[in-house]
Amino acid sequence: MCQASSKKTMKCRTDAIAVGTGKGFQGSTIARSNYQLGPGRLPAKWWVQASAPPAICPSAPNMQNQRVAKRWHLRLLVLWVLAGISVSIWVFYSMNADIVKRRRERLLNMCEERAWMLQDQFVSSLNHVRALTALVTTFHLGKQPSALDQDTFAVYAARTSFERPLMTGVAYAIRVLHSQREQFEREQGWVIKKMHSNELQPAQDEYAPTVLTQDTLSHLASLDLMSGEEDHENILRARASGKGALTSPFRLLESNHLGVVLTFTVYTTDLPPDASPEERINKTAGYMGGAFDFESLVENLLRQLAESQAIIVNVYDITNKSNPLVMYGLNTSIGTTVSHISKLEFGDPLRKHEMRCRFYKQPPVPWSAITTSTGILVIVLLIGHILYAAVNRIEKVEEDYRKMEELKLLAESADVARSQFLATVSHEIRTPMNGVLGMLQMLMDTDLDATQCDYARTAHESGKQLIKLINEMLDQAKIESGRMELENIPFDLRIILDDILSLFSAEIKDRGIELAVFVSEKVPAVLVGDPVRLHQIITNLVGNSVKFTDRGHIFICVHLVDDENRVDVPNSQACTEQSVEVEEEESWNSCNTLSGLEAADKKMSWETFKLSLMHGSSEPTSSCLETSDTVNLLFSVEDTGVGIPYQAQERVFMPFMQADSSTSRNYGGTGIGLSISKCLVELMRGEMTFVSKPSVGTTFRFGLPLKKGDPSMFKSHAEANWRHPQNAPLPTKFKGKKALVVDGRPVRSQVTRYHLQRLGIFVEIICSNECCSAVSRVIARCETTNSSSSGATGNIDMVLIDKDAWGPNTGVDFPDSLKKQTDAGLNGLLTAPKLILLAMSLNDEEACKAQKAGFKDIVVKPLRASNIALCLQVALGFGNHRLKVRELTEGPGSMHNLLSGKHILVVDDNRVNRRVAEGALVKFGAHVECAESGREAIAKLQLPHKFDACFMDVQMPEMDGFEATRRIRKAEIAAAERLPRNGEVKNGKHTYRVPILAMTADVIQATPEECARCGMDGYVSKPFEEEQLYKAVAIFFEAAH
Amino acid sequence: MDVAKLQRQHVDLTHALFKEGFLDDQFTQLQQLQDSTNPDFVAEVVALFFEDTDRLLSELTRALEQDPVDYKKVDAYVHQFKGSSSSIGAHRVKVVCITFRTCCDEGNRQGCWQALQQVKHEFILIKSRLEVLLQLEQQILAAGGEIPFME
Repeated sequence: MCQASSKKTMKCRTDAIAVGTGKGFQGSTIARSNYQLGPGRLPAKWWVQASAPPAICPSAPNMQNQRVAKRWHLRLLVLWVLAGISVSIWVFYSMNADIVKRRRERLLNMCEERAWMLQDQFVSSLNHVRALTALVTTFHLGKQPSALDQDTFAVYAARTSFERPLMTGVAYAIRVLHSQREQFEREQGWVIKKMHSNELQPAQDEYAPTVLTQDTLSHLASLDLMSGEEDHENILRARASGKGALTSPFRLLESNHLGVVLTFTVYTTDLPPDASPEERINKTAGYMGGAFDFESLVENLLRQLAESQAIIVNVYDITNKSNPLVMYGLNTSIGTTVSHISKLEFGDPLRKHEMRCRFYKQPPVPWSAITTSTGILVIVLLIGHILYAAVNRIEKVEEDYRKMEELKLLAESADVARSQFLATVSHEIRTPMNGVLGMLQMLMDTDLDATQCDYARTAHESGKQLIKLINEMLDQAKIESGRMELENIPFDLRIILDDILSLFSAEIKDRGIELAVFVSEKVPAVLVGDPVRLHQIITNLVGNSVKFTDRGHIFICVHLVDDENRVDVPNSQACTEQSVEVEEEESWNSCNTLSGLEAADKKMSWETFKLSLMHGSSEPTSSCLETSDTVNLLFSVEDTGVGIPYQAQERVFMPFMQADSSTSRNYGGTGIGLSISKCLVELMRGEMTFVSKPSVGTTFRFGLPLKKGDPSMFKSHAEANWRHPQNAPLPTKFKGKKALVVDGRPVRSQVTRYHLQRLGIFVEIICSNECCSAVSRVIARCETTNSSSSGATGNIDMVLIDKDAWGPNTGVDFPDSLKKQTDAGLNGLLTAPKLILLAMSLNDEEACKAQKAGFKDIVVKPLRASNIALCLQVALGFGNHRLKVRELTEGPGSMHNLLSGKHILVVDDNRVNRRVAEGALVKFGAHVECAESGREAIAKLQLPHKFDACFMDVQMPEMDGFEATRRIRKAEIAAAERLPRNGEVKNGKHTYRVPILAMTADVIQATPEECARCGMDGYVSKPFEEEQLYKAVAIFFEAAH
Repeated sequence: MDVAKLQRQHVDLTHALFKEGFLDDQFTQLQQLQDSTNPDFVAEVVALFFEDTDRLLSELTRALEQDPVDYKKVDAYVHQFKGSSSSIGAHRVKVVCITFRTCCDEGNRQGCWQALQQVKHEFILIKSRLEVLLQLEQQILAAGGEIPFME
């Protein structure tokens, strides 16, 4: 009880592990499918080159660089903006300066023009006043009595006033000394009056009363000019110098305008130019004066000029520099500060005058300069902004890129981690699982009751499933990371298919399913490709079929694609007819398929099958075969199982997807096998499709382009082709024999024919729907050959009858039927053909019955060339019986038989491991010797030796297992040349080659490829698992028997 | 002593060893291999293991004391150690060996030292327990009893 319960928990635990792993990997599958969108297979290479740590490092200097670059960019930008601003300011100032300069020049021009004009007119007026002096000298002083009187003078002055445009008028005053005053007053009839007040002039030293006046100055008549302050001074200066003298500006009488007075002295006689002032004073006769009315006259003058409004003109008397006196213009602050000063020369050296001009208006705002510079500034800022934005954008993109890079690295490292995780996990699970499985197996070998046995078996099965799942997971990971490398070695497809059949034979034995293989004749004997992977693909498909099929058949079929295509053409029409036909056939419940049940893909039914066969035989060497060195093979695996529901059909090839959740409950498995198969087919440049009908069946098909090989390649690749080196070549002793295949089903008879033909047997088929007609035809056939003794057809050596030829167990009764028709049966014939029964499964009772009925031997399906050969050996009297027994009792239980009495060399450097391996092998009855290094192993395996097999540890110091094997193989080849006979005797039909099996705990390190490369024949994982050990060893010892 | 009592002790001890993770299924497998033709198989293998391990541990200590450490050499020793411990089913030793190898791959000297100490510790533990177990078996055999099997 206690035992039972603990077993239960154990089972539970296994399940839990399986479920847990499944979920875990499902998650990772999703992650990976995302990842697959990425750039193909690149990461696989990447992580070989660089490990994880440098992945992060390069980003640090990158960032620094970036920061430096960014600072640099910013500086450049600031520089650019500053430069732009200064340029715009400079433009503004230069334009403004230009404007100001031009304005100044304009002012200068205008000012100079006005000054020049004023001066010119002034001087001309001045000259004319001088001319009037001459007039007075000539006509007033020079004539006695005077030729001039007031009227004459006034008229003349008025008539010549145009000559003196700036003058309001002229007047002549006479010099009167005090002594002469009375006389003068008497002569003239008026008294000398004082200026301004018009009063009587008080007594002075001398006087200067005005005698002659122009009409405009008539108010000056009789006024003493000497009484006016300015006039007085002027008069004194003028008579002393003899030149014209100007007063400082003052308010003129009467008009009250600002003005100046010009005074010329009139002398009584002409004086020499160098006359002294005293002389001049003495000679003075009178004074000629003119008044310049600046205010009105200058105004008139200026008004004639253009742009008179634009500027303000001021004329100053600057004789006293510190206090300039205004002669003209308003001394206001109106106008600009900018001014221009022009010198005026009015002919009086003592008096200095100047003209100051200013613009009336403030200079206008320099809009053009402002707009231009603002424009420039705006453009510069805009460009700056664009640059800034661009730099920012670039930075952002770079940052994004960096982030993406990081993410990519993360994703890649995740992928690496996943692969490593898978490898580690698979390894770590495998080792304990092997222990679990081994123990379970041993447990099952002990004395258990039925329930316990059931528990143990279930646990064992679960464990095996788990190991299988792990292997599949590894494959999936390998394929996805692109690390799956396909081999290109020659192989025999038919042997692979036979191998697969025997693999599943135990599984289907009791289920009544027919498993069969058919390979078209045109498929070359030797193909070049990856046999291991091809094996895996077909095994997956067949395993899948086996799982979902509980009646009918599973049929593996290989054709050339060309044949299939040729069949397709007539088939398109035949198909519709055929469907009708199928329906008809269903009425008696038989389709022309292998088992008589309907198949999903009609292509496999007899009609098309026959067509392809016809093509095959009618053109045994098609043009296609001749020309190209690749053949396109079409593999199909047909079953009559439950089929795939339509809604699930599109996710069949997705990993971990199953038709529905109940599938895994009912049938187990993970659903990863099909996806691996599809991936593998695609890796081999093929394509996989399927046709499925629920509750009818499923047909998987895939096409593969494979290179043709020729048999000589086997010899050259003998070492590499490790998987089947010990596979006994099919015996040739049946060549030329003739066989008659009697069956109710054409497809099945073709399968039988295919296997027999491989043995070189000539096959005739008698295919009949009924037993009776078949019997008569067989008899007829046998008699023909007998009577014509050595006719073209020859004698029939054997007749093969399917056990279920016309329905369950009808085949067994065939000999009876024969007997009924001919009393003697076939034994009556001269050379009686041997009767052989082909049966799917057979219990002892049935076997006895068949023996009694007259069957020489029974071949248990699935049919393989090898098991037929073994059977025929017995039936036809070749070979011994032991083989047959072996064939029938094949199974793990025979481990002891297999190893009993064998000499086995165990090579391991680890003493403990060595001892354990020895113990395990000794338990199976083997004689074990040990070697603790590769060197010792080589020494022990020097020919001749007594060993039947060698188990070699892979990882050993000094010389590892691979190297040791390589050397042993070399020695063997050398020895084979030396003593050819000796080896042949010892090993039967084999050469000197001793089977070497690698022992390893590390399935990753010791790949089958690696093992094969150095001449090993297989490998077992440490610690030993009985079944695996059996499988590995069986290949050699079975064949050696 | 009473055989049944000895047998119970044996069962208890083995249970404890499995439960605490000192041993794994591989040890059971070893026990299975022991039969009448090979009566001292387990004892022999265990003795071999002790001998081997003593040698390996001293080699390892010497290798790790050297400067620079030859990690290749260390790795080879640890590999050996791991192989023999997994063969005998000394589970905990094996687990430490795995970490040891990881340290070794990384060239982590500190980690290697720690792992070495740990592995020594584990070895002493398993050694003492196995010795007791084997002694028990001897006693049972001497008393004419059968060694009980773990299921």
